[in-house]
Amino acid sequence: MSEEVKVLGNWGSCFSRRVELALKIKGVEYEYIEEDVYGNKSPLLLKYNPVHKKVPVLLHNGKPIAESLVIIEYIEETWKGTPILPEDPYEKAMARFWTKFVDEKCLPALWRAVWSPENEREKAVEEACKCLETLQSALNGKRFFGGDTVGLVDIAANFIGFWLRIIQEATGHGDLLSAEKFPTLFKWTDEFVSCSVVKQSLPPRDKLLAFFKARVAEANASK
Amino acid sequence: MAAEEVKLLKTWSSRFGLRVVWALKLKGIQYDAIDEDLSNKSALLLQYNPVYKKVPVLVHNGKPISESLVILEYIDETWKQNPILPEDPLEKARERFWAKFNDEKLLPSIWGAFTKEGKEREEAIAAAVENLKFVEEELKGKKFFGGEKIGLADLAFGWLAYLICVFDEVTGFKIVDERYPLLLAWMQEFSQLPIAKDNCPPHDKLVIKYQALYEKLHPAK
Repeated sequence: MSEEVKVLGNWGSCFSRRVELALKIKGVEYEYIEEDVYGNKSPLLLKYNPVHKKVPVLLHNGKPIAESLVIIEYIEETWKGTPILPEDPYEKAMARFWTKFVDEKCLPALWRAVWSPENEREKAVEEACKCLETLQSALNGKRFFGGDTVGLVDIAANFIGFWLRIIQEATGHGDLLSAEKFPTLFKWTDEFVSCSVVKQSLPPRDKLLAFFKARVAEANASK
Repeated sequence: MAAEEVKLLKTWSSRFGLRVVWALKLKGIQYDAIDEDLSNKSALLLQYNPVYKKVPVLVHNGKPISESLVILEYIDETWKQNPILPEDPLEKARERFWAKFNDEKLLPSIWGAFTKEGKEREEAIAAAVENLKFVEEELKGKKFFGGEKIGLADLAFGWLAYLICVFDEVTGFKIVDERYPLLLAWMQEFSQLPIAKDNCPPHDKLVIKYQALYEKLHPAK
């Protein structure tokens, strides 16, 4: 059956890259359409995601699905092959729980800590580190959050797996994720990025570093 | 079938706990309700939800699950009768999208309109108006968000059916007004469902609770 799969995404967006990673895990061919999320939103994006007007959007045979985690569950249910979620309902619930924790607690706390003004930084870093500590506990001696292979939680935590260390390099602050503070989580980031299917889904390191260095410079200039 | 033990940690007024009650009732699942006092959290709650220390928590044969939408999906996968989610992956995605929209956009904007003051309140109201427009649009041609029967999205939006009128009464300000006829009709339909009629917290008790909270947040000048 001929299938048409398209991804509206942005090269640097961890949310967009989550969807690409899920598709690559399943071996699904897709057409990628780059959206300029900082400039004008394209008519295509406004048509296919009128509610949020954001990437990523998956288009499957012309039907749009938005919200990266909703998209990943759709990908899991539509294409069999390498599973992203466990079979057992309880284990599935645990995966969804930790995924929500990453999205709703970790990422906002980390983002706040990265961009917070100096006088608020200490508190923001403390909060973000509490999240990382809790997340680390979910690894529980496993190689990946998904066990022996990358699963939903690993995909959701891609920001922590790849983006965070690059941002730390750009800002010059290494006090969030370090091998000293979070040894098993740090080790997981190495395992994550050395996975071949993950490697294929990541943005170029130099380009991302340059992007964040520019953002840091902008933020400093506006002070 | 092996004897099953289902417990639900909640509070009498928790709108997230109520979703789980509705789902359990819809599927005819017997459970023990444990009402928590959140000002004095029980050892059980802290043991079963160490990450958030919140309700609701479903405990199935001793195994705890937290986060209401995660719990709802677990219930649907474990007990197959009266499904909350459709079979078709695209329809399932739609239900999940709108459940998330309630939790991440609509509910926080309406809650912001209730709790905030001044400019923040104006912004929350503006966001709520935007969000309600999308919800109204989604209901076109449908009795429920799930179509002919309720689904995950209806359970997520269900709090509107019994709590919005409480907010209206306490604040004297109607957010879901005649601009949203489909949503008002849906609220009526939802509140007439047996699971809603038999299981909503008492209106008067809710008014007392939210009146007290409102006065605390907006002290008379």
